[in-house]
Amino acid sequence: MEFFANLVPAFVWDIWNSLPPLVQYLTIVTWKILFVTIGVILIVAFSTYFERKVIGSMQGRIGPNRVGPLGLGQPFADVIKLLIKEVIVPAKSNRFLFVIAPLLTLIPALATWAVIPLNDWYVIADINAGLLYVLALTSVGVYGVILAGWATNSKYAFLGAMRSAAQIVAYEIAMGFALVGILMAAGSLNLGDIVRAQAGGFSNWFAWPLLPMFLVYWISGVAETNRAPFDVAEGESEIVAGFHVEYSGVAFALFFLAEYANMVLISSLTAIFFLGGWASPLEGLAFLEQYHDLPFIGWVFGGGFPWLFIKMCFFMYTFFWLRATFPRYRYDQIMRLGWKVFIPITIIWITVEGVMAWFEVGPWAGLTG
Amino acid sequence: MNKMISYIKTFTLWELLKGLSVTQRNFFRKSITLEYPDEKTPQSPRFRGLHALRRYPNGEERCIACKLCEAVCPALAITIESNVSEDGTRRTSRYDIDLFKCIYCGFCEEACPVDAIVETRLHEYHMEAPGENIMTKDKLLAVGEKYEAMISADKAADAKYR
Repeated sequence: MEFFANLVPAFVWDIWNSLPPLVQYLTIVTWKILFVTIGVILIVAFSTYFERKVIGSMQGRIGPNRVGPLGLGQPFADVIKLLIKEVIVPAKSNRFLFVIAPLLTLIPALATWAVIPLNDWYVIADINAGLLYVLALTSVGVYGVILAGWATNSKYAFLGAMRSAAQIVAYEIAMGFALVGILMAAGSLNLGDIVRAQAGGFSNWFAWPLLPMFLVYWISGVAETNRAPFDVAEGESEIVAGFHVEYSGVAFALFFLAEYANMVLISSLTAIFFLGGWASPLEGLAFLEQYHDLPFIGWVFGGGFPWLFIKMCFFMYTFFWLRATFPRYRYDQIMRLGWKVFIPITIIWITVEGVMAWFEVGPWAGLTG
Repeated sequence: MNKMISYIKTFTLWELLKGLSVTQRNFFRKSITLEYPDEKTPQSPRFRGLHALRRYPNGEERCIACKLCEAVCPALAITIESNVSEDGTRRTSRYDIDLFKCIYCGFCEEACPVDAIVETRLHEYHMEAPGENIMTKDKLLAVGEKYEAMISADKAADAKYR
């Protein structure tokens, strides 16, 4: 606030102070939401570009480089193309559900950002049940996929939706169990508190004591977003494009946006849960503490949004990397991995974690309190 | 023991990491894409592209209407009619190559005793209307005149291997 106080003339400040507190609060929250949403959409736009670049490089190609310098205009060209294309609603589809399905996939992907702490103070809704909110909203996303497949009234779309639903339900469980591990380690459901529990540098991140959970959560996250190698929901060779076969133009753009928004979301969540979110890996070092309040580069030592962004970018890169490396899993292999490998692993690790916490060994000493 | 090793490999994601390292290594490798209209791959002087009929340096047509090319053409793409020209020599009155039938095998060039029909390095041509796929004698001669320098240089480059 002091920062803004110097920036704007005094009378603007007076008007602001004369507003009722509710209006002030709503204004601030609206601006926060706008910033986060626009930020997410920009990241989504450029991650489509970087995905093509990264996969291109891995396959010895160049990737997009024609639109604008280095091809950086490519996402905007794609968006404009999709916006001016016709939206075709199949004649025998359920028009209402057909139109609402893309919105149902996109809205949860964006709404989850409400509880995600970008740094120590920037979080739209600092609620105590943040983790539950995240779990709930990521599960709602699957309804959009199912509705899209159902409303389209085409067998390919229906098959894709069924596959996607089964897959998401299976991996949701492993994901939830992995988060139970986080909950036990952090002792809180608030995402900000989870990050604060990992403060103190590199070695305090939950990724090390919860390594199996970390891997399970990340792989389930990849499966949850229907990305390669778990993208049977859109398996081009068998069911054309799965649930979004009949979508075109803006409606397809929304699905596309939702898929990438979900990827960004899962990347950020993994960074927050396991790699200490905005916390800096250099935090624990005593001789660096004097630099924590430096302008512009203080975040390198003291933590801040750039660290979250860097960690998120790492996971986004891993998404692309996995896609460039692995062939698609067979459907029964996906189910086997989800039910017979991930869920047992997470349950075993929760037990191990509980026993260790009970006997106060390892990093959880003192949590039983 | 082997089962142990396989379990350890499974749970450390050994095979997956191996696969990931392959793609990561290739990520840092230089990409081999050529940006086609701006960059082009090198061509051999033996490249077999669009056909051309050549003339001698004094302007006289090389083709003597022996019809060896027509005979050897496996795709039956060449049609030749001949008569006697004003100076009493045997000349073609019609020399058509159907580019849709042609398989660019280069046999016509091999068969020609006077190096009249050749395949040039041109491969970036197109047709806009039906019928343009027929290369008539005039069109072939025009191509030959336009690219004579390239054709003779290619012939010279290849001569020592013949």
